[in-house]
Amino acid sequence: MRAYKPKDDVQAKAYYTDRYYVAPQVPKQDVDCDEVFAADLEAIKAKFEVKDAYIQVEQMVIYINPHDIYGVLELMRDELEYTQLSEMSAIDWLAKDNTFEIFYQMLSMTKRKRIRVKYFIENGQAVDSVEKLFRSADWSEREMYDMFGIEANGHPFMKRILMPYDWQGHPLLKTYPLEGDEFAAWYEVDKIYGKEARDIIGPELRDTARVDRYDSERFARLGFEVPKGTEITDDMEPTVQEYQEDGGVFLIRKVDKESSKVIDDPQR
Amino acid sequence: MAQVKNRLTPFFENITFDREDNELILNFGPQHPSAHGQLRLMLHLQQEQIVKAHPDVGYLHRGMEKMAENMIYNEFMPTTDRMDYIASSSNNYGFALAVEKLIGLEVPRRAKVIRMLLLEINRLMSHLFWLATTALDIGAMTVFLFAFREREYLMDIIEGYCGARLTHAAIRIGGVPLDIQDDFLHQLRVFLNKLPQNIKDYEDLLDSNRIWRMRMEEVGVIPTEMALSWGCTGPMLRASGVAWDIRKEEPYELYDEVEFNVPWSDKGDNFARYRIYMEEMRESAKILYQCIEMYEKCEKDGQTELMAHAPKYISAPKLDIMTQNYSLMQHFVLVTQGMRPPVGEVYVPTESPKGELGFYINSQGGPYPYRLKLRAPSFWHTGILTDLLPGHYIPDVVSIIGTTNIVFGEVDR
Repeated sequence: MRAYKPKDDVQAKAYYTDRYYVAPQVPKQDVDCDEVFAADLEAIKAKFEVKDAYIQVEQMVIYINPHDIYGVLELMRDELEYTQLSEMSAIDWLAKDNTFEIFYQMLSMTKRKRIRVKYFIENGQAVDSVEKLFRSADWSEREMYDMFGIEANGHPFMKRILMPYDWQGHPLLKTYPLEGDEFAAWYEVDKIYGKEARDIIGPELRDTARVDRYDSERFARLGFEVPKGTEITDDMEPTVQEYQEDGGVFLIRKVDKESSKVIDDPQR
Repeated sequence: MAQVKNRLTPFFENITFDREDNELILNFGPQHPSAHGQLRLMLHLQQEQIVKAHPDVGYLHRGMEKMAENMIYNEFMPTTDRMDYIASSSNNYGFALAVEKLIGLEVPRRAKVIRMLLLEINRLMSHLFWLATTALDIGAMTVFLFAFREREYLMDIIEGYCGARLTHAAIRIGGVPLDIQDDFLHQLRVFLNKLPQNIKDYEDLLDSNRIWRMRMEEVGVIPTEMALSWGCTGPMLRASGVAWDIRKEEPYELYDEVEFNVPWSDKGDNFARYRIYMEEMRESAKILYQCIEMYEKCEKDGQTELMAHAPKYISAPKLDIMTQNYSLMQHFVLVTQGMRPPVGEVYVPTESPKGELGFYINSQGGPYPYRLKLRAPSFWHTGILTDLLPGHYIPDVVSIIGTTNIVFGEVDR
């Protein structure tokens, strides 16, 4: 039977995991450990619902409701001095529970603190744009749309940013294979030469480990070395390789393959 | 293969189109020598003045975040070189630090000093490269040649250390792979002793140069609010009146032990940025002198460890691998399967020469990161062109792109 490969997550997987292995956790601290974070959390909690909050690796992480994001970031910017949105993007949890996790990385330069604001949205749901608050979200949200297909409501220019405008599929989804899909393989061929040239050119090969044994121009053939450009047939004899200098090496006897005995019985 | 007729639709590059309202659209790039890479700018012009700018990026997009999800942690290290390829050790370092924070690793002191040496050499290399290319864009050929000459010395030092000139991969998760070579410190000292005179040479050529000042002063002014809102960091932010340097404010490595100043300006124009790059070179030299002292102290104290000791995550030293069975087994597992950091997430910012370089890693306990987000400073420094360029004139575009110091390996990732 062919090995089962999940279709909803085609990324590389560990090929071996000890069945008794329990992954350790990066320690989480209580928010009360840090006065500044505790005060910030109080201020946010006074106006919005905070589902979860903890400190991990010196930064506070809070989980909020998706529709509160604009209000929370506005409060953080105007009252809590978190003046910069360093980064925002999404995490694909579609295979697990059909959701995306969105995170906003906030920085306060006066307090020297960083907070990560997070929330979950359902697949197909749009987020509220925070572009009016932070101009940097203009490009971040476009990138998120490009990579995950998550749209931002109220964004002035919701177009792809890194991939071409007419691209199909969203590359950072776990369902998207690393070497691209069918569309990606034909994209440049169709675009440059037209669909009718598909037969002549063939699909774009993005597998970096690909070896064509019939192509002696570009690939070496270990054990079957031939001059460059030789036509390869299936019934070729292996090339005999001499691994020792002609004059011989002091004290070392040359292996004579014909007279050496090959033991192929494992029970010998 | 038979010759196939090219079906590319004609691309009216650098041709102006006349519109009814007399607004012209000029395509600047993607192949333009002063775009510093693959940047396409669609400029709406009213005569010579820009009324709307639309930067179009993605010509160098290689999907690094996707690749990271499909590579074990150590495998991804050389890929980070290809982000900001002008100062690639700083990318290596940002990634290594993020993974170290994730698994809670303490790096040996000698490795820390070597890392700081590398980081500051990279900063000097990057700033010299910036000066050279920007000066060339403005037309100052001499400065270009001078600065590239100095950068060459630094590249030779780095080449002696790791064998590569641009893509170093000189830092490992948990330390550094090698000790610095014998003449490293000597070569560096020789270079640093000459550097003040070199910087003075550049300044003599540029500071009182009428053309340079006219192209730089009062051009491309970024107000503080705009810089903050657009997520500007590094010299871009410091030139706009915020003295924020992550090395100083959230010190990593041994930056809390060295003395240096954070140059900043409240002008926000091209010239302020130019001055900050020059001053930062001086500060880097200051840090490097202190690093040399720290390294010599390490040597005197007999601190020879270069990699952290954490058998679950980091391979043992080569000597142990070759002599001890258990180390060899660990090494084999770490190379074939990769390390498995704990479940959790981390965002680690570092001060790269361009600004805040952050790595967000979400680990689910597997050998592959579940999600890795690269926060590259140049991405937002390109985005700000949307708001910065309108009101300026075409020649200013070149000098503004120059001083934003964007590198497209980093923008498109």
